[in-house]
Amino acid sequence: MTTQTAVRQAVTVSASRERAFEVFTREFNRWWPRSHKIGPAALAEAVIEGREGGRWYERDVDGSECEWGRVLVWEPPARLVLAWQISGEWAYDADLHTEVEVSFVAEAPERTRVELEHRGLDAFGEKMDDMRRSFDSPGGWTGILKDFAAAV
Amino acid sequence: MQTYQQRALQALGDPTRREIFERLTAGPLAVGELAGELPISRPAVSQHLKVLKEVGLVFDRPSGTRRVYQVDPAAVAALREYFDAFWSNALASFRAAAEEPEQPSGPRRET
Repeated sequence: MTTQTAVRQAVTVSASRERAFEVFTREFNRWWPRSHKIGPAALAEAVIEGREGGRWYERDVDGSECEWGRVLVWEPPARLVLAWQISGEWAYDADLHTEVEVSFVAEAPERTRVELEHRGLDAFGEKMDDMRRSFDSPGGWTGILKDFAAAV
Repeated sequence: MQTYQQRALQALGDPTRREIFERLTAGPLAVGELAGELPISRPAVSQHLKVLKEVGLVFDRPSGTRRVYQVDPAAVAALREYFDAFWSNALASFRAAAEEPEQPSGPRRET
């Protein structure tokens, strides 16, 4: 069941494990796609607080803050587990619980494999249709991917 | 394909149907077994199974003297597809950020 309701992704980056962990967490705001947010105002900053039980949230240009979930496991520079509690309508839902686990594996001093698992996806069943529609919209993920492919 | 996926996702919008679907992900079950585990009648279970079957999330087959329902693995794959795309893109962005020099004014690290 777990394998059926989880997705896994991996990417290898030319950076140390410590650096990769730092970019993923402390510099989360640098790379998180700006289009993926909750509040009505434009995204000012996306934040992962660096401690177990820390917040994972967005701050918008109007000063408002929107929760995304919690830091469940904080083990720099090896592992990070986040509770993803964003519903299909891109709203915080305390009753929704899915988990994102990120592992940082050193392959060389300056090469790190970053593995990500997002599990418990069956909890999204109710709203997945809406989410899919937003991702498939013009300017959604497909366009973003092309931009990154061109930039790398 | 898109239409098919959307219909499957909409079918899971009903909490009871989602409950039935989740139980079936653990293994095949007959209508009676599902009705025994859920606070709804056997005809209601049958009706939900019919919807799930119509959108291709589950299928049924005879097993001895009864008929069991099970999850179609291909349909589950479709549900995961979009999160695969989501994270694939986010990680591509992460990689680009991780490989940039730490200091904007610092020397560029070529790979």
